[in-house]
Amino acid sequence: MSDSTGATTRLAHWYRSYEEQTESVTLGIWLFLVTEVMFFGGLFMAYTLYRSLNPEAFAAASHHLSIFLGTVNTAVLIGSSFTVVMAVWSAERGKQKSLVFWLGATIVLGLAFLGIKANEYAHKWHEGLVPGPDFVFHDTREGVHAAADPNRARMFFHLYFGMTGLHALHMIIGIGVFLTLMVNAIRGKYTRQWHDPIPVAGLYWHFVDLVWIFLFPLLYLIGRH
Amino acid sequence: MSSAALHTQSDTNYLNDGFGIRSWLLTTDHKRIAILYLITNTLFFFMGSVMAALIRIELLTPEGDLVQPDMYNRLFTMHGVIMVFLFLIPTIPAVFGNFLIPIMIGAKDLAFPRLNLGSWYVFNVGAALIFYSIFKGGLDTGWTFYVPFSSTYSATNVMTAAVGIFIAGFASIMTGLNFLVTIHRMRAPGMTWFRMPLFVWAHYATSIIILLGTPVVAVTILMVGAERVLHLGIFDPAYGGDPILFQHLFWFYSHPAVYIMVLPAMGIQSELVAGMCRNRVFGYRAVCYASVAIAVLGFLVWGHHMYTTGQSPYAGTIFSFLTMLVAVPSAVKTFNWTATLYRGSISWETPMIYAAAFIGLFIIGGTTGVMLGTLGIDVHVHDTYFVVAHFHYVMVGVTMMGFMGGLHYWWPKITGRMYDAFWSKISALLIFVGFNLTFFPQFLLGYMGMPRRYHAYPEQWQTLNVLSTAGASVLGIGFVLPAIYFLWSLKKGKKAEANPWGAVGLEWEISSPPISHNFEETPVVINEAYDYQAGHVGVIPSTEKEADLV
Ligand SMILES: [Cu+2]
Repeated sequence: MSDSTGATTRLAHWYRSYEEQTESVTLGIWLFLVTEVMFFGGLFMAYTLYRSLNPEAFAAASHHLSIFLGTVNTAVLIGSSFTVVMAVWSAERGKQKSLVFWLGATIVLGLAFLGIKANEYAHKWHEGLVPGPDFVFHDTREGVHAAADPNRARMFFHLYFGMTGLHALHMIIGIGVFLTLMVNAIRGKYTRQWHDPIPVAGLYWHFVDLVWIFLFPLLYLIGRH
Repeated sequence: MSSAALHTQSDTNYLNDGFGIRSWLLTTDHKRIAILYLITNTLFFFMGSVMAALIRIELLTPEGDLVQPDMYNRLFTMHGVIMVFLFLIPTIPAVFGNFLIPIMIGAKDLAFPRLNLGSWYVFNVGAALIFYSIFKGGLDTGWTFYVPFSSTYSATNVMTAAVGIFIAGFASIMTGLNFLVTIHRMRAPGMTWFRMPLFVWAHYATSIIILLGTPVVAVTILMVGAERVLHLGIFDPAYGGDPILFQHLFWFYSHPAVYIMVLPAMGIQSELVAGMCRNRVFGYRAVCYASVAIAVLGFLVWGHHMYTTGQSPYAGTIFSFLTMLVAVPSAVKTFNWTATLYRGSISWETPMIYAAAFIGLFIIGGTTGVMLGTLGIDVHVHDTYFVVAHFHYVMVGVTMMGFMGGLHYWWPKITGRMYDAFWSKISALLIFVGFNLTFFPQFLLGYMGMPRRYHAYPEQWQTLNVLSTAGASVLGIGFVLPAIYFLWSLKKGKKAEANPWGAVGLEWEISSPPISHNFEETPVVINEAYDYQAGHVGVIPSTEKEADLV
């Protein structure tokens, strides 16, 4: 698109000004995040209900998760939120190279998270904790009077795989988005004047991080001493 | 004060701005996308009607003779799924909302035109999956998909249909998000919140419901799918899961979904009453607030679908009370439409007939809703034809009257042609009479205890069932007529003027049909909606004096 002076313009013709365009796009992503909150909300609702009905079984089941890997992944994601902020910062100042770098760093951290997550999943598979015909559960806690009901513990793993799986899917989509942004950034598409997609994708990434910030204590930490 | 028209009559408009299938399938013009939706959704409506016709023919006699029980279960399920998810929920926003919101607030298009086109494709992928499951033999869970039947026991094509609904939901979200951003950010200079037409307010409230509700039903469907395919039994009692949780999550969306269906129709109703009576809508602000109040209260009443599921009587009492509260903003609207007639100059054109029918049917549908919200009565008539009659009065009586009224009101604007006045009035009357004949007997049947979802019934209920089927036939004729005269009008109809009804509103101040960008220049809004004293709401900015008045 070109305006009357021949310079490239990124103002879509149905908006009256850049300001209106940026405001619209920003409001759009916030509203999208509202729908995401409601979407995850259904699963959090199910988690809350079943945890309160079966506190013992859920505590026993969460003992099978690795706090170490969970903590590492939390750190990785918080780090990626930082790199996203740096990408937005670079875009706002028109620093092309540093924009590409920080976008790339975000992708690397996102992949690291998924790698660790896949490792955890594989571990669960070997332990027989993936719900299915081969599911076996032993209460490994010490000093409890009665072992937890394996069927109720299985519900924990339904929710664990459901919630972390959905979260991982959002991560994969996010990495796809950031790859696109990085290719565009290398081509010099984003300027100081126009770089709306960077903060928009950034907001999405922060949201996905935030979901994990809730998932981590709910799944890994509650009920452990 | 001069009333400078916003348009100069020109030969180019959005309909002849590009021909050929590509110019339609790749269009980002909100008006063309509205027409794409109108075509597909009308088709879906007729498909859903065929199922309804088969149901009514089966119920003509007490014995189950036309179809077997299994087939009957599939028929009412598919009728419900098609009508609810492919017609009632999406149609008014996607057709009239799409066409009118940008024009009514003085914008060139919606905020995200490509997202808008995308929504139509996403919607059709969802619809295709639903029809695929139907042609593969259908599904029999009822449109409510209750677990454990839908998750474990039904051997029909539940998954494809559920995924179809899941996907169609995203189209709904895309549309709602687009409307909210557009209404917030793209209003023309001078178009303040309380100058907006009530149609826009109604869609604003609807979009809020879509955004907050649809994701919840989406994740619920996802959980049912995970249970069916991956055996992640989140609702499975064997693992401590609770099937009732499904009902809570489902109705958390599906009660507000009723307001996704009726609020846009109420928005149309406000426009029709004002335009046909040439009168300012009585208590304009009260109607604005009523729309928002209905949207908010709608999220707090879902438990009234679950009085008989073992829900605690205290929860039931609170849900019952909150349900009654919804009647307040609904009544405010009804009184205000009626009061708008007072000292208006009413012309009994076809849209006015629909507007009057709307008020009558909504009163019956609404008050029976209050009856059903009452704990004692609901337990008595739960799962009977009383419920069936009630929700048809609301969902068809309101949404369908709104849709038909709106179609007759804005048809000249959308197509640039006038339809046949005589036949459209005959059809409107047939629909009104046929509708009442179909569904009023069902109140009586339900009160006498006839349960819903059975293909056979005791003989003493035959008379009322025959009346109902007769009414459905009249209704059917009433709906076939518009298909004929509307198509006829495209070829032979008289050319429509910019403002054939003498109504006030930005959409009537541009040409019929509008140009591709709606306005030659961004209008400046100087009057509130329905200002029948001034006779117009916008001016072009070159008449600076009036621009200064903003
Ligand atoms: Cu309800």
